[in-house]
Amino acid sequence: MNVAVEMDAVRRSALLNLSEAGPAPKRVIAGFGFWTFLLSDIVMFSALFASYAVLAKATAGGLTGVQLFDQRNVAMETALLLLSSYTCGMMSLAINSRRYLATFLGAVATFLLGAAFLALELREFQGMIALGATPQRSAFLSAFFTLVGSHGLHVTVGLAWLVLMMVQLSLRGFQDVVVRRLHCFSLFWHALDIIWVLIFTIVYLMGVLP
Amino acid sequence: MTLLGKLDWSSIPFDQPIIMGTVGSVIVVIVSVLSWVTLKGYLPYLWREWITSVDHKRIGVMYIALALVMLLRGFADGIMMRTQQAVAAGGAQGYLPPEHFDQIFSAHGTIMIFFVAMPLVIGLMNFAVPLQLGVRDVAFPTMNSISFWLTASGVLLTNVSLAVGEFAKTGWFAYPPLSELQFSPGVGVDYYLWSLQISGIGTLLSGVNFVTTILKMRAPGMSYMRMPVFCWTALASNLLIVAAFPVLTALFAMLLLDRYLGFHFFTVDAGGNAMMYVNLFWVWGHPEVYILVLPAFGIFSEVTATFSGKSLFGYRSMVLATMAICVLSYTVWLHHFFTMGASASVNAFFGITSMIIGVPTGVKVFNWLFTMYGGRVRFTVPVLWTIGFMVSFVFGGLTGVLLALPAVDWQVHNSVFLVAHFHHVIIPGVLFGCMAGYNYWFPKAFGFRLDERWGKAAFWCWFLGFHLAFMPLYMTGLMGMPRRLQHYDVLSWQPWLLVAEVGALVILTGIICQIVQIVVSIRHREQLRDTTGDPWNGRTLEWSTASPPPAWNFAVLPRVDELDAFWAHKQRVLAKQELPVRQHAYQPIEVPKNSPVGFVTAFFAVVSGFALIWHIWWMAGFGVLGAAVTLLAFMFRTKDEVEIPADEVGLFDRAHPVEVSP
Amino acid sequence: MRNGLLALFLIGTSMLGGCTEGVLDPKGPIAFAERQILINATGIMLAIVIPVVVATLGVAFWFRASNERARYRPDFVYSGRLEMLVWSIPLMTVLLTGTVAWIGAYDLDPPKPIASSTKSIKIQAISLDWKWLFIYPELGVASVNHLTIPVGTPVSFELTSSGVMNSFFVPQLAGQIYTMAGMVTRLNLRADYAETYRGLSANFSGEGFADMHFNVDVMPPERFAQWIASTRSVGPALDSKTYADLARPSTAVTPFTFQSVAPNLFDSIRTSSMQSDDALCRSYSTSMRAEK
Repeated sequence: MNVAVEMDAVRRSALLNLSEAGPAPKRVIAGFGFWTFLLSDIVMFSALFASYAVLAKATAGGLTGVQLFDQRNVAMETALLLLSSYTCGMMSLAINSRRYLATFLGAVATFLLGAAFLALELREFQGMIALGATPQRSAFLSAFFTLVGSHGLHVTVGLAWLVLMMVQLSLRGFQDVVVRRLHCFSLFWHALDIIWVLIFTIVYLMGVLP
Repeated sequence: MTLLGKLDWSSIPFDQPIIMGTVGSVIVVIVSVLSWVTLKGYLPYLWREWITSVDHKRIGVMYIALALVMLLRGFADGIMMRTQQAVAAGGAQGYLPPEHFDQIFSAHGTIMIFFVAMPLVIGLMNFAVPLQLGVRDVAFPTMNSISFWLTASGVLLTNVSLAVGEFAKTGWFAYPPLSELQFSPGVGVDYYLWSLQISGIGTLLSGVNFVTTILKMRAPGMSYMRMPVFCWTALASNLLIVAAFPVLTALFAMLLLDRYLGFHFFTVDAGGNAMMYVNLFWVWGHPEVYILVLPAFGIFSEVTATFSGKSLFGYRSMVLATMAICVLSYTVWLHHFFTMGASASVNAFFGITSMIIGVPTGVKVFNWLFTMYGGRVRFTVPVLWTIGFMVSFVFGGLTGVLLALPAVDWQVHNSVFLVAHFHHVIIPGVLFGCMAGYNYWFPKAFGFRLDERWGKAAFWCWFLGFHLAFMPLYMTGLMGMPRRLQHYDVLSWQPWLLVAEVGALVILTGIICQIVQIVVSIRHREQLRDTTGDPWNGRTLEWSTASPPPAWNFAVLPRVDELDAFWAHKQRVLAKQELPVRQHAYQPIEVPKNSPVGFVTAFFAVVSGFALIWHIWWMAGFGVLGAAVTLLAFMFRTKDEVEIPADEVGLFDRAHPVEVSP
Repeated sequence: MRNGLLALFLIGTSMLGGCTEGVLDPKGPIAFAERQILINATGIMLAIVIPVVVATLGVAFWFRASNERARYRPDFVYSGRLEMLVWSIPLMTVLLTGTVAWIGAYDLDPPKPIASSTKSIKIQAISLDWKWLFIYPELGVASVNHLTIPVGTPVSFELTSSGVMNSFFVPQLAGQIYTMAGMVTRLNLRADYAETYRGLSANFSGEGFADMHFNVDVMPPERFAQWIASTRSVGPALDSKTYADLARPSTAVTPFTFQSVAPNLFDSIRTSSMQSDDALCRSYSTSMRAEK
């Protein structure tokens, strides 16, 4: 989003016609490229969603979603992740005004919320496995663990990325390249939120429908 | 649990003379090339100028070189299959046992699609798109290098399977349950999956790179409707890559989970659903066809326009048709399995959508025709490939529409009729297109033209050989011959298959002509030298710079005011009867800095891929860690670009004036 | 042009000759109708394709750079009328062939029973590694790698697989249909001439695939009755134990018959691999849904 805002600011002042302006500045290119990558990531998730939808009832006599999903846990997970998106947004604002302390605080909050989300998710997985609902048990569980696990893996990567960015920020300050990457991170983090909302709806809410 | 996982001496097929002979000679060739390079002291040059290069032109050339080498491998597989089927009739078993024959047809398909057609197309896009857009490089040059080297990793792993272990014996689309652990316990399917996963990531990154390049980096003034048509087709193709390859990645991840961790996505038990694999595979697979063929259409458009001395007829129609194909390609995947028992309405729907793709394709053919109409057609090698394409492809399209009729498809699906059909569209469509592009842009890349005589000989051999090799397969297909037969007892098929074998030999002659063409052209490079930068009287911006172009492509970014910008520029110069005043206020130019990160990452990717195939977990961990550390080191790099001083730019530019001749 | 002639020649010889086996020499109503669609569609498209090829070669030759008589018209780059024409020709063709596709897909839908005054017989086909098992549930016999059916009688197949996917295909009688573990596909055909036809698996299924073909003996009803009677008197019985033996991978199995078949064997083969088939039936319509 920030990328789009910046892009507009640059263009309007300079030229009448966007498509004739010549090569875009680097931050626009980086942001746009990352958007494109995120789209491809969402396509990958849609394939996983499709497979989950096909296999959702193929429980092979094992435990079903109704028996396994704990709505309270999922509600907490959702709250944590949405909140982390909020703090991530705060961090973006701090970056735009180049405030170190606020940026670090935003990052720490985002990290903690993300980590808490991950911890809850792992606990959920552990509980299911303890009940014998392993991904090897049925096609439904294979699809469930793969879909939700992929999202969890993305969150893990995001957390590692955030730590790296904080290291870079403290070493280099608000260099252009660091700011570009932080913006990409925030795009990534919000995209994970969107995917989670879909998981929440399709897997957890629709999964407990009678 | 041993240190080397499943790997031991029995993994190497010492008892197979054909394989061992091939492996031996390949090793000899590689060792001698490497030692020659080392002894001559070319290694530092190679490292500096090619391996670590992030220049889109160099990367493009490497893609194409890789593809041409793999074409030899894929063709060797093809001719072995033809030979087997030419002899294994009646009671005869031929010279290839099933376990070997099955690997060969699987490898042939996999290699030809992923490691010949894809790198050819991506290589040509790499080389030509930034030049045509009038810019200095792609959006993410280092990522471009990573893409290339990941593709090369996939190639390497696939070829390692020849010597160590085996390749998949499932056909190139590896349908489960056959590709599941239960029915394919060997490492063949794992080689297939990991090679394609690794190279697939490279392809996906390429797609992201080019979409961004085309949409966000164009010369000043180049609006969408002034973009050369090849860039439009490249855009469509890369949009398809971005939207289709993730599906393949997810799909292969699922099959890998089934095979490695006992998941049940596609197994026959515990509720797995193999039909889902077939669906998702073709959700990727059909757009893949257009990923390959659309850029080839773009090349045909450029070639037709250039050598007819006219703008492309109906440019807007062409753009519309390209984008229509791009969108429609997602609505047809089910026509790959009309025989799976879907309902009549589903079959009819997908049959008709498949035919609708024929509309924009037909429009393209007519527009090429009208481009030549009223032109001055010069019958150069690229034009021969183009006309050869046009007259063959319409018949490939015809059989394609036949296959899109569910009622006909039930009769010829899975037969060699189908094999004939897709070779009939992919060879004239993709391969002829890439050959046209290769002959067309070669002088731009290397500064001298390719020999015409050998080029024409190669074309005629390919053209005749192709028809000899595949027309008989339509016939045997109608006679009820399924594909992938290691032997057969119907003697009436054999004469046709013998003709097909002859066709394969004629194609072989064509390939030899192409090798001779390169050798002869290098020898006679001084006579074939292109000093003007514009050997074909071209129309688009790549011809407005020197051949080969400098690392920075354009000393000053060209200003574009219309379609076929360079042509228009030349017309204006000719009208004024004076050469344009050279720009003297050169600016220093920043070009991306070379980086070994692509090569090193790919090295670790090969290590982890190989380790995962053989269940050598410690090594897999090491590889992943190595790749991560490499990318991390890249992330902390402080300098991305080197500056070319204005003097150097000016010196080069003045030494290479663009000449304008009528 | 060359390949145009070649294609014409190929199709011409095969049709006129009429002596080839396979798709072009149908021996039953389904295969016959399918061939008719093939011929019609080819005809419709050749009417477009051949002129295009001739025009391409003609235009390219006439407008060669060395031809002084050809007029150079570099500005001939757009014409609204031609664009209209260029879009409408393929569109019309597709409209025609699309109609053919639509009608064919419904009329010849494999699960659709063939209307006939003769009572149809039911056969259950199972693809195994690497052979075919045909069960006659109403008659209580079964055969391996050999299919016997009465002439002029509609045959209704239910098909499944023990493991990997295969495709059941008798080119002269009807189109093919996949066999897949855990699900049932359906196919109907009728043979109008008492001859022996070639049947096969069309979908690659592993090492023994090349030998997965079988003869289809079509015989007059009275001889068919004799065959049933003689089959009932000899050979092993097919139950879950003999089936398990049979299901082990083997190649080029000589045809033989079973004198009796355990009831519901087909259903148990289908469900043995499946604890729950809800999802499958949901995602795949007609033929499978009927099964529930």
